[in-house]
Amino acid sequence: MTATAAPARPPATNLIGLTKVDYKGLDSTLCSGCGHDSISAQIISACYELGVQPERVIKFSGIGCSSKSPAYFMNRSFGFNALHGRMPSIATGALIANHTLAGIAVSGDGDTGSIGLGQFKHLMRRNVRLLYIVENNGVYGLTKGQFSATADLGQEMKYAGRNELPPIDLCLEALVAECGFVARSFAGDPKQVVPLLKAALSHRGTALLDIISPCVTFNNRDDSTKSYAWGKNHDERINDFTYVPPQEEIRVDYDPGETTSVELHDGSSIVLKKLDGSHDPTDRYAAMRILEEAREKQHFITGLIYVNGDRPGLAEHEHLTDTPLVAFTPEQVRPSRASLDKIMAGMK
Amino acid sequence: MSVTELETGPQAAPAAGRPPVINDFSISVATKNGSGSQTANTTLLRALFKMGIPVSGKNLFPSNIQGLPTWYTIRLNQDGFTARRPRAEIVVAMNPATMIEDHATVEPGGVFMYADDLKLALNRADLTYYPIPAKRLATENETDPKLRTYVANMVYVGALMHLLGIGLADIESALLYHFKGKRKPVDSNMKVVRAAAEWAAANLPKHDPYQVAPANQTDGLIMIDGNTAGALGAIYGGVTLAAWYPITPATSLADALNHYLPQLRADAETKAPSYSVIQAEDELAALGMVLGASWAGARAMTSTSGPGISLMAEFAGLGYYAEIPAVIWDVQRMGPSTGLPTRVAQGDIKLAYYLGHGDAKHVCLLPGSVKECFEFGWRAFDLAERLQTPVFVLSDLDLGMNQWMSEPFEYPDAPIDHGKVLSAADVERLGGFSRYKDVDGDGIGWRTLPGTDHPLAAYFTRGSGHNERAQYSERPDDWERNMARLTRKFETARTLLPAPVLQTMPGADVGLIAFGSTDPAIQETRTRLSAAGTPTAYLRLRALPLRPEVRDFVAAHRVVYVVEMNTDSQMHQLVQLHVPDLAPRVRRANKSDGLPLTADWITDFLTSALEKEK
Repeated sequence: MTATAAPARPPATNLIGLTKVDYKGLDSTLCSGCGHDSISAQIISACYELGVQPERVIKFSGIGCSSKSPAYFMNRSFGFNALHGRMPSIATGALIANHTLAGIAVSGDGDTGSIGLGQFKHLMRRNVRLLYIVENNGVYGLTKGQFSATADLGQEMKYAGRNELPPIDLCLEALVAECGFVARSFAGDPKQVVPLLKAALSHRGTALLDIISPCVTFNNRDDSTKSYAWGKNHDERINDFTYVPPQEEIRVDYDPGETTSVELHDGSSIVLKKLDGSHDPTDRYAAMRILEEAREKQHFITGLIYVNGDRPGLAEHEHLTDTPLVAFTPEQVRPSRASLDKIMAGMK
Repeated sequence: MSVTELETGPQAAPAAGRPPVINDFSISVATKNGSGSQTANTTLLRALFKMGIPVSGKNLFPSNIQGLPTWYTIRLNQDGFTARRPRAEIVVAMNPATMIEDHATVEPGGVFMYADDLKLALNRADLTYYPIPAKRLATENETDPKLRTYVANMVYVGALMHLLGIGLADIESALLYHFKGKRKPVDSNMKVVRAAAEWAAANLPKHDPYQVAPANQTDGLIMIDGNTAGALGAIYGGVTLAAWYPITPATSLADALNHYLPQLRADAETKAPSYSVIQAEDELAALGMVLGASWAGARAMTSTSGPGISLMAEFAGLGYYAEIPAVIWDVQRMGPSTGLPTRVAQGDIKLAYYLGHGDAKHVCLLPGSVKECFEFGWRAFDLAERLQTPVFVLSDLDLGMNQWMSEPFEYPDAPIDHGKVLSAADVERLGGFSRYKDVDGDGIGWRTLPGTDHPLAAYFTRGSGHNERAQYSERPDDWERNMARLTRKFETARTLLPAPVLQTMPGADVGLIAFGSTDPAIQETRTRLSAAGTPTAYLRLRALPLRPEVRDFVAAHRVVYVVEMNTDSQMHQLVQLHVPDLAPRVRRANKSDGLPLTADWITDFLTSALEKEK
């Protein structure tokens, strides 16, 4: 042998020795330029950077364009593409059965805001530990261009005409349902989405990320609040923050004295930069006010709107131990013969 | 006809001199619901059971909390027949709203016991009348005014105890059972019972022929309702998640889970549960949680009734097509629509069997006794996991909510079967797997559970079209191959399901097919028909899809009647579809009026139908 290829540089790996390729999904079949694909890429980045074991993740979705996307990230994770609007109950059942797995749910504004509003609210009320992403584009894509429940009042669309109904603000709905982690972002802003994803994965209950994700085919006119142009030109960040994983030294670019930090349930923390008159994301009433004001003025606010890890999650309500329910052995889940005999004797 | 104020005590007995009727009559108690009569009625029932007399108790109650008419019927029968009878020999009238009808429907020659403040024309010469001072005795013997209405019902218990010869110790023992050994309520009720019995001894000379006598026919038996039995079955089947939504008549099944699970499935030291019971926001969510949990590897169930089943349709189709185990109890009530929530029917047969759009079809178990509620309670999980599909258990209100005698339940005779599940080591050894590939020829693929620690263990579960590798596919051949495999799997199911139970008689050329709670009425009917010269064979179905035994049975009989409680003869239709070439000999024998079938009706119907056959 006279010639050998130059040794390839080994691909970069993360904390658990996996490459980014290990977090990839199938090729997307969504429209080219769809905001949802950006979000999939950001989920991959967040999980890769955190060193999440893909086998310890379960992906959930409902029905719609958004709900296809779990197939486009993290092939090594189990996925469940459920029914339209009913994904929260599937996730609740799966995460009760095995609460040691991390749940990532992807839904859309139709899936969550219309057909699934009931399950969405009850998921949050139960505080199931689940990262719940709404890929919000204000329109039904798969059925070709009907208004969704998050479409703006007075909005005009090519096929659907004028929307005469006020939008449902999913962040507000989440707050009303006592969700302890509420954030809004824009699919075109990975610098904000990725840390939000990371922080949301550390939350002990349901974490809502309402991500405006433009539909390039049906709802991307510049005057639509769900368009790329609108997102780029109107994005008003309500805070700057850094996510600091557990056991990692807090190193941020902000000057000391300029920051405030919120510790999350797993020991990680969010370090927020104090801005003049800036929003306090631990104040639930302030969160409601800022959302309501933004809704009235059609302002596109993004960032961490509310965080509070005090409320126990479903696993705690159900008194689950470190052993997930699925790990109990047949001997443990079938009571003894003697116990049945005793019950029978008592019924004579 | 004059309305008489009844203060005169029983009339001279028209039945005097009749031979005694021992352990073979019915008692019907008419009250208002919410008046506490359940304690009195179940006390009577259990006291008779403790005396060794075969009994059944059926509660005919309204969809209401307080104030509407309720009847409780107890049947004693020394031959062990416990089906409902259309009329009772002894009627206890405590409800002014129904007394005229109650009075009119006493079996000829029977007894009419009534609260002495009821105003009614006592114009049936064939009856024996016993007025009882229920309010007065309750007031004299219960100092707490709030409890008087309740204990007033114990007055008829005491009076009947005296008149029929029920043992005082048996009443007390039944009350102890009812109040779970709590002395105080037992004593306050016993005080009224004693007072009423003493009053009856002094004031009600017996003029009727009805008596009870201790027997030994219930030795070793238990008495229980089917919902409790089903819940116990589920617990011994290892249920790990139960998600449910309140609905009559299924609620008591979830109640029983909540009662027994903490005793049976919490860690002895830490009290940590190995289960979870969740009251969902609706039946859709209930089944969603069940499918999610089952998919993750936990044994999960829900319990509901017809309206809940309707709501579960989409999820049931997903469970069938994505091949996820689930156990769904349907304690059937009257439909369509809200129907009659507190009345019995077998009307969800086709709904459950075909639940979901497209070509969905489901395994259904049909328990015919409380013992089978228990057995199918645990077996349903083994079948659901082995077949990777939702399994319905079709009980009904009569079976589920009423008290039935039974042999004690038998501990599961087979270990828990999780079916075809691959571990990480299996995946490593195989170098991967295809979720929906029929590697064994039985139509059932192998599955992995979320969290299985191998890079090739995961797959994507979906209700949309998929190929053997669980990938989205719109290819016609993928679709057809998958559906052909599901059909093959359904054939496998047929071989694994509980076989029908065949009973026959020499010379029988008439066959009866039935299922579920009608069994006692069928047994009694067969005895009567046989005595009248028509021996019959009886095939009691225990599952859908129907097994080959059904064809054999139809083929072996000149004519076959499918007896069921619904208006559209649903099982009759399924049997005809099962044997299209023999369909003309399969006849319907259906009735649906909300009440459990009686042997009287079935016998009359068949006698008349067979007459026409000639």
